[in-house]
Amino acid sequence: MMVNVFLYTALFLCILMVASLYRSVFGPTVLDRLIGVNAIGSKTVILLLLIGLIYGRLDMFVDIALAYALLNFVAVLAAARYFQKRKGLYEEPPYK
Amino acid sequence: MMVINVVVILLLICGLVFFTGGALGILRFPDFYSRLHPAGKMDTLGSFLMVLAVALSNLNDFSWAAVLTSLKILLIIVFIFILNPTATHAIVDAGFRAGMRPWTKKDRGK
Repeated sequence: MMVNVFLYTALFLCILMVASLYRSVFGPTVLDRLIGVNAIGSKTVILLLLIGLIYGRLDMFVDIALAYALLNFVAVLAAARYFQKRKGLYEEPPYK
Repeated sequence: MMVINVVVILLLICGLVFFTGGALGILRFPDFYSRLHPAGKMDTLGSFLMVLAVALSNLNDFSWAAVLTSLKILLIIVFIFILNPTATHAIVDAGFRAGMRPWTKKDRGK
């Protein structure tokens, strides 16, 4: 019974990740895409923990989730530092 | 054991409500800065509630190994509370230094 609850929660999280993927694909600027990627990453950590509960091997999946959280943070931080002073990379000009 | 299941389901539903609000805000808000507002806060609180639900559900059959695993899951909460606002602040800093203007009332309709 609880396995079904975790399964449908994971499915709803997947729907929310698709909704965030829209901003990551069609976002007008580079930093909008970065917001979408960050939101997808923070949902993926929860999804990994739920998969661990469904499989009954939570002690293994906790390490994967922890490593994924740190990796996502480092990726977003490095991308934000990289795009900091590049004005030509934005597809739409800043508002006048 | 039934009480733990009810608490776990309630925490999962609360976390999903916050995640839904965050995803809708990312989709619907007009500006880059205002999109960071749901992405920074709603995701942090939703992650907190859902990770807490997973940690409680792990304690359903009690053993000391399960307690250690739950402590490791609580470590994920600590990391998320430090890392998520830091990433949001880094993105805001990048946008501000690149010269992006915030959305104002006269940009309505764009």
